[in-house]
Amino acid sequence: MFSLQGITSGIQSFLHARFSASGVLIFESLIVILLATTLFALLGLVLVWMERKVAAQMQIRLGPNRVGPMGIFQTSADTLKLILKEGLTPDGADKLLFNLAPFVVMVVAMLLLAPIAFAKGFQVWDINIGVLYITAVSSLSVIGILMAGWASNNKYSLLGAMRSGAQIVSYELSAGLSILTIVVLTGSLQLGDIINAQQNGWWLFKGHIPVIIAFVIFIIAATAETNRAPFDMAEAESELTAGFHTEYSGMKFALFFLAEYINIFIVCAIAATLFLGGWMPLHIGNWQGFNHLMDYIPSSIWFFAKTFALIFLIMWFRWTFPRLRVDQLLNLEWKYLLPISLFNLLLVTVIAILGWHF
Amino acid sequence: MSTTEILFWFLSALALVSATMVLISKNPVHSILWLIIVFFAISGHYILLNAQFLAIVNLIVYAGAIMVLFLFVVMLMNLNSDSEPQKNNRFKIAGAISGGCLMLIMIDVIRDAGEVQNAKALVKEGNIGLIKNLGMVLFKDYVIPFEISSVLFLAAMVGAVVIGKRN
Repeated sequence: MFSLQGITSGIQSFLHARFSASGVLIFESLIVILLATTLFALLGLVLVWMERKVAAQMQIRLGPNRVGPMGIFQTSADTLKLILKEGLTPDGADKLLFNLAPFVVMVVAMLLLAPIAFAKGFQVWDINIGVLYITAVSSLSVIGILMAGWASNNKYSLLGAMRSGAQIVSYELSAGLSILTIVVLTGSLQLGDIINAQQNGWWLFKGHIPVIIAFVIFIIAATAETNRAPFDMAEAESELTAGFHTEYSGMKFALFFLAEYINIFIVCAIAATLFLGGWMPLHIGNWQGFNHLMDYIPSSIWFFAKTFALIFLIMWFRWTFPRLRVDQLLNLEWKYLLPISLFNLLLVTVIAILGWHF
Repeated sequence: MSTTEILFWFLSALALVSATMVLISKNPVHSILWLIIVFFAISGHYILLNAQFLAIVNLIVYAGAIMVLFLFVVMLMNLNSDSEPQKNNRFKIAGAISGGCLMLIMIDVIRDAGEVQNAKALVKEGNIGLIKNLGMVLFKDYVIPFEISSVLFLAAMVGAVVIGKRN
């Protein structure tokens, strides 16, 4: 049967037979870089197209439909246009930081790919503290956004960056706490262990209501952390023109745009891994026949199906809820989500200690 | 040179250069960004010592939280090289001399310290920095100091809220 694990172990043994240990490391790093860049480009193209199509369907329009079948090459054409455009740097800007910021945001998004398992045995780095790594690195994207907002030397940009910073720093708390519920249930921070613990059912179904609450809170916090509507205070078009990337044009703007969509993909992939079992097929307890039937669907398809379902959910939010005000946004986090998730974590700990979960 | 050695020298050089740049930069925002690079280099050292947990916590606490707060304050107050007060040359020389003296004493003390004299850094082998061992030590051997320090943090937080609420 087709499996990515076979391919990766084949490449590994092929390289080990021909090169020394450092040679293998270098070659494997090159392969990972190539794959990650390809994935980024493809994701950017697909997700932007998907966003426009979803938005169009929700508003009873057709969306892009001229370039290629169903407008699938529309984003490629847009990217080509952005590459050809001049990348302006404002006169009063801090030149170095202004040009560096899009790359910082992009590098942070790339680093987050490392611990994600795309299929069975198809993972860059199964670090033993994978979950903490994700929280640590995702908290760094604030730095890139603050850099962009400050270096632009523009009041709208600075305001947008400040809002974005306050939002990401506060919503990180409840996102972290809802991730911790799964860590408590699994007893491990390693993403591989977390996925394996869901062999007899996903945590969303095994962990009763507290895990469902944690899942909902994580999705809300993830929407806020990626600065998506209804939490898009950072780039609220009607108030701040375009927030922290007002002054960016051409390819540098495209990098911010791409990083936003990559971040959506990554948070959805993490949600799918923690709560919906990552690449683990839908298994129900001891139903052997059913479980074997589900195993016939390749693990990579399971992973991408779950991730894209969650991405669709987040895109759906955008056209459902109106934008929050800053005070409502902070109230929601500090007065509702944070106390609920703290109490929820306590409840999950009790469940884990008494063994009440399935 | 092995890969580990190359990484070690690269990270050390990066840490030293960035730390110098923190001091030299005229612009406070640049200083903070250089400081973030210093923390990254130190986290890299932790990973070389197989202490992934310490590396990540270093990133979360310093680069992710404290430095972001610094950036916030500096950017909001719009501090830049123009508003930065220029120190008197005499103070600069006095500072350099006293700082240098402190460094000399520290180097001397560390060279004479018996415990570290013949100890070698455990690269890729030591496991005290792994989360399991660290958790065991913190919650078994040092549980009382650990809990007391958490109360201390709570007190500091409550104090900050009280000061913020006064007006």
